[in-house]
Amino acid sequence: MKPTHSARDPRDLGGPRQPLLSVRELKKHFPLKKTGLGLRGPRLAVRAVDGISFDILKGETLGVVGESGCGKSTTARLLMQLTPQDSGELVFDGLSLGSPGLSLRDYRRQTQMVFQDSYSSLNPRMTVEDSIAFGPTVHGVSQREALSRAHDLLARVGLEPARFAGRYPHELSGGQRQRVNIARALALEPRLIILDESVSALDKSVEAQVLNLLQDLKQAFGLTYVFISHDLNVVRYMSDRVLVMYLGEVVEVASADALFEQPLHPYTAALLRSMPTTDPLRRTEQAPLSGDPPNPIDPPSGCRFHTRCPDAQAICRMRAPVFGEAMPGRSVACLKYQPGSGYAASTIALKEVTHA
Amino acid sequence: MTAATFTDTRGRTPVVRSRGHGANVLRRLLRNPVAMIAATIILLLVLMAIFAPWLMPADPYATSMLKRLKPIGTEGLPLGSDELGRDLLSRLMLGGRLSLFMGIAPVVMAFIIGGGIGILAGYAGGWLNTAIMRCIDVLYAFPSVLLAIALSGALGAGITNALVSLTVVFIPQIARIAESVTTQVRRSDYVDAARASGASSLLIIRKHVLGNVIGPIFVYATSLISVSMILASGLSFLGLGVKPPQPEWGLMLNTLRTAIYTQPWVAALPGLMIFITSVSFNMLADGLRSAMEVKQ
Repeated sequence: MKPTHSARDPRDLGGPRQPLLSVRELKKHFPLKKTGLGLRGPRLAVRAVDGISFDILKGETLGVVGESGCGKSTTARLLMQLTPQDSGELVFDGLSLGSPGLSLRDYRRQTQMVFQDSYSSLNPRMTVEDSIAFGPTVHGVSQREALSRAHDLLARVGLEPARFAGRYPHELSGGQRQRVNIARALALEPRLIILDESVSALDKSVEAQVLNLLQDLKQAFGLTYVFISHDLNVVRYMSDRVLVMYLGEVVEVASADALFEQPLHPYTAALLRSMPTTDPLRRTEQAPLSGDPPNPIDPPSGCRFHTRCPDAQAICRMRAPVFGEAMPGRSVACLKYQPGSGYAASTIALKEVTHA
Repeated sequence: MTAATFTDTRGRTPVVRSRGHGANVLRRLLRNPVAMIAATIILLLVLMAIFAPWLMPADPYATSMLKRLKPIGTEGLPLGSDELGRDLLSRLMLGGRLSLFMGIAPVVMAFIIGGGIGILAGYAGGWLNTAIMRCIDVLYAFPSVLLAIALSGALGAGITNALVSLTVVFIPQIARIAESVTTQVRRSDYVDAARASGASSLLIIRKHVLGNVIGPIFVYATSLISVSMILASGLSFLGLGVKPPQPEWGLMLNTLRTAIYTQPWVAALPGLMIFITSVSFNMLADGLRSAMEVKQ
């Protein structure tokens, strides 16, 4: 394996400014089984991911946050193409997935995923080294070479090959298994790794070790991460930019610092207020988000957040906000920041927000 | 459990290797006394059937009007004689051949065909799964005995036809188990991870699915051997399986039923053999299941 990426990756097509992956209007609805005779009435569907667009920049860690059921995991599966999208496009380094320049097989070689459940994501009948070596052999690497690569990777993720290579998953701890999963994802030398709640199931101390390992590997192999988590502290620690999802839509994208310092979208603000703090000076005055998100089968009209939004006005119920740039580097889907939207912006001045 | 380990040098560096799943199952099976007794009985029965021609004390086809229906323990007839004066011990030994064959062969064929169908349906999912499984359900809807009799009756008497009809009876049962196990495995994250690595469906089935589904299907198939033996005996009893004068336990039970009032013990012997064999197979299947089910 290449030890460092000081030189430009020969696979890099569009240069550093071109997004590694552009997601365009990605949509996935899961149709519901019809009840009873089901001959009447419209066909209902869970709108898990409802037309999201965003860019993943080269070399960054893009954090994805949101409540349970907001479509984070569906997004991960769509990005990995484990679930086919209903519509929308994935553009990987300038090449549209499915175009002659980029087959699904090529794409999967460059994009890998680490799942949440470290146990169920390893074949219980395969030794650790065979699990890691499987991917490369699929792509034509000889068994011998693949095994030797697996041993190198085991060492790289902090598991001594001589001790761990011949073990079965049930003989390892959760943290060790997740290291194996990371090694397996690395075995294909991908450029993008999707981490879907990959550390959420680990003990806090183990979680910290694995997070540091991920940071090291990112440096060493020049990786780009999509880091999906419900743990806002971890996302802040890991991410360069953060994407906030609500009910299958992207509501805000900003750099991690800006987002955590000054959230623009009322949902982001509410989400951050729900973070527990031990600092008495940062005691929350406003109530954090209450209740469950609305039903994704029949999302609210207009802005989907208006039912729980503290700043909602009458217009929010009627008009759906457009996701757009509210200020340089910060995009948000909220009528408050949309000029001429009809939102009575008397109390909110953008300038004030910027300098806060 | 702590698996014993050994070292090997498949890679560049020596690696501590754990004992595989198969070895662990075998070890646990060997420690199960009931399963071991059952396995020993089955082994003895199989050996008896194989070497019957050399072990038989008398000619199983030689009839004698003078020695009809002698009780157990008669001079020269250790287990008595049947309604045509043939030595029952010799007939039981030779009869084991066909009975065991009729118990095992249909299950093996159904294991291959039904297992294949079930794994295909389970892995494919969607409409293909629905189409295959609904067809299987049509066969499954008939009671096994009725289906076996109906098929054998339609195909005509004979060993081959009995074999075919029994295979057809077991295909849907095995296919259903195979489908449900495969569906479960297909939804697991490790299959997703294999798909994400770009592997073809065939390779995923071969490397990731088969090894995880074959165990449960095999255990279920083992438990069907006793059912198959009983059904085959039933077919022979009805005159739809093996034809006289060939010895087969089910057929012997049929022809001896006329002697149930004169020599009940002799008449019951073929039934006893069927009973012992099927119970042994069931106990072995149970042992196998518990040896595989241990959570590690």
